[in-house]
Amino acid sequence: MSSGAANAASVQRSAAARVTWRSRLRGATHRAGLIALTVVALLAFYEGYNWLWRATGWTWPFPADDTTLPHLWTIFKAFADPAQVNQPSLFSVLMHKALFTAKEAFAGFVLGALFGFALGAVLAHSKLLQRGFLPYIVGSQTIPILAIAPMVVIWVNPKLPAGMQGWGAVAVISAYLTFFPVAVNSLRGLNSADPRMLELMRTYAASTWTVLWKVRFPASLPYVFSALKVAATASVVGAIIGELPSGLQSGLGGAILNFNQYYSIEPQELWATNIVAALLGIIFFLAVLGAEKAVVRRAPERRA
Amino acid sequence: MSASALTLRSTKALREWAPALVVAIAVIGGWQGAIAAFDIQQFLLPKPSNIAAALWDDRGTLWPAGWYTFKEALGGFALGSCLGVLFALIVARFERVGAALMPIAIAGNAVPIIAFAPIFNAWFDPLEPTSKMAIAGVLCFFPVLVNTLRGLQSVRPQQIELMRAYAAGEIAIYRRVRIPTALPYIFTSLKIASVLAMIGAVVGEYFGGSFDALGVLIRSDAQILDFVTAWAGIVVASVLGITLYLAVAIAERIFVRWAPGGRDV
Amino acid sequence: MTEPTTVVSVSGVTKTFPRGNVTALQDINLDLGAGEFISLIGPSGCGKSTLLRVIGDLVEPTSGSVTINGKSAHQARTDRDYGIVFQDAVLFDWRTVSKNIELPLEMLGWDRPKRRTRVAEMLALVELTGFGDHHPWQLSGGMQQRVSIARALAFEPALLLMDEPFGALDEMTRERLNLELLSIWQQLQSTVVFVTHSISEAVFLSTRVVVMSPRPGRIAGIVDIDLPGPRSVETREDPRFFELVTEVRELLRMRGEHLLPEEEAAVAGEDA
Repeated sequence: MSSGAANAASVQRSAAARVTWRSRLRGATHRAGLIALTVVALLAFYEGYNWLWRATGWTWPFPADDTTLPHLWTIFKAFADPAQVNQPSLFSVLMHKALFTAKEAFAGFVLGALFGFALGAVLAHSKLLQRGFLPYIVGSQTIPILAIAPMVVIWVNPKLPAGMQGWGAVAVISAYLTFFPVAVNSLRGLNSADPRMLELMRTYAASTWTVLWKVRFPASLPYVFSALKVAATASVVGAIIGELPSGLQSGLGGAILNFNQYYSIEPQELWATNIVAALLGIIFFLAVLGAEKAVVRRAPERRA
Repeated sequence: MSASALTLRSTKALREWAPALVVAIAVIGGWQGAIAAFDIQQFLLPKPSNIAAALWDDRGTLWPAGWYTFKEALGGFALGSCLGVLFALIVARFERVGAALMPIAIAGNAVPIIAFAPIFNAWFDPLEPTSKMAIAGVLCFFPVLVNTLRGLQSVRPQQIELMRAYAAGEIAIYRRVRIPTALPYIFTSLKIASVLAMIGAVVGEYFGGSFDALGVLIRSDAQILDFVTAWAGIVVASVLGITLYLAVAIAERIFVRWAPGGRDV
Repeated sequence: MTEPTTVVSVSGVTKTFPRGNVTALQDINLDLGAGEFISLIGPSGCGKSTLLRVIGDLVEPTSGSVTINGKSAHQARTDRDYGIVFQDAVLFDWRTVSKNIELPLEMLGWDRPKRRTRVAEMLALVELTGFGDHHPWQLSGGMQQRVSIARALAFEPALLLMDEPFGALDEMTRERLNLELLSIWQQLQSTVVFVTHSISEAVFLSTRVVVMSPRPGRIAGIVDIDLPGPRSVETREDPRFFELVTEVRELLRMRGEHLLPEEEAAVAGEDA
């Protein structure tokens, strides 16, 4: 082949690369614009419902007033106001609480994910164990965690070192919600390895461990990550729920319980807390999404 | 069906369920024995035999309370799931609307919705089941919406091309291609939703609810350190949750019969 | 045969894809007579699949027009004038074999007994009697493709579009299905447009082979296949068969050699 043709081809290729890069950027801004537009539309719907239901006095499905639907500006103003007299602003108070809950949730996430994956790996190697334990793993999630949380707290706390008192027990509750999706999807993912690859490994006389790490584990990654995304939110839910009966005041769960009691006077504080909780859940989710993008570089497989 | 085929089926069923049964007996037996042997604080983890006794003794309050909460969960499940599927069908019809709403739906799915339970209690009378149905409904809505959308969008393009070759309209494509493709996804999310519905109802009751409700019962029992009754209540909640889950799983077996191989969980 | 009536008429069709600015087809003119079996052959990216889709009104041409039985391609699609078979069987997993074959009949609004009778006939035609209640995943690749052919033929369309239908099958299955397809074609006397990569398959099946060249997609030449019919296993050993294969190969080589393999791969993405 002539070098001229090769040159022409490479020029063409870089031009094509430039085009896709530019169109990708355009796509990204387009999408960001759409998301922003949708958020604005949702906020407008909130205020629209608020206005119409207040104006007409409609009560179905629920009435609108300063208690049920505080105005957006009231909520945003609440962030700037001090939570209590001579105290820092609600915003800074909530940030501290969110950080505390994030610590619990993160510890629970790591604990639950590791346990869940280990469980999935063990079950993946034995049909018998799967049949014995899988129904109970599913059943475990039907137990209302909030109901057993107080018992878990009383149970776990004395066994923890001083530095982990309180939040450690909540992390365990959070792990309880986290492990389930990870265990189920690890099992599915580890079993999704290409049978031909497994056969190939057998011709190498590879050990169970080698097969696990070189074939099964990579095959499971897309499944595991789709579970981790669910688990990320579950860990935040677990941390908030775990705080409710444990009497911990340092986290968002405690704040929700507290502001709930003053809801009829200052509903905006509970709303503000919930917004922070929502953002925390989304941040956890996005963090896992980012990790997935970095780790799973091949084409996304069908979601489990 | 011949007699041998029948025995074959029953041995197969036995092989499938025996291990689970063995584990159950081993765990309950071990639990009972361990408490007796190691003198574990009984108020925290009561003996299974005591819990069973409480289940029987308090059957007059526990099961009606469970039924009350179950109805809330069921209402929320039906409401949230139907709206989720319906919304997904509408959104998927308009590709651009779907593209705009998908990130919002995913974000909504990532929000700890349970934290909003007190607000639902403020919107609706906390003593009425409606408030719990609402929270259970919202909990079910997002996973069903996200999964259904994913299912509707995972249609193979050539199948659409084939339908276009038959000059099929939008509705026919939905009925014959998109919905059947999405069905396994929908059922996966319905199973998730069935579990969430029960939990949502119980948690909603935690923030205040009728004294006829299971969540309130468990909470007040735990507060007076009557852990045996609290555990009995937990067992009731769990049994009802599993019932709803199994009902969905059976429906899945009926409607998604064509799928290759068995599907687990 | 007397002067055949024109079934498909492609005139001046050009198709450019805006992405990457690829000209998939340039000024294609082609007429198909009733009962003809035409193969489109050429390297990846020559636009043969695109041409098939333009005829089926699944892709809109940038310019030029297609008429089928004197109607526009769009009208023909709306009237369900053709059946189509893809490289993959494209069967619906949730339907049994019978139900898959019934699909176009449902679209045409046939009643159930009529559908049942026709499905039984079609199953017999593609030699799958007894497999009606199986699900697609229980069949081999060759059987799945036969189901897909039965589905395409179920409503006896006068025109059959086939996009590399046997491309994914092994050589033995392929040769057997070639024979089956020929006997079906002779029974139904429909017009067939057949896209393929295989020179011997094209020569063996067709009445005419249209050789296409890439970038831009153009008709490089048309070879009349004057093999005696009905064709059989022996046809493949006929000296004339080899002459025709060589003729098609020469045409392909003449037009295709300026193409670098990597360019071929690059264009392949734009095909279909």
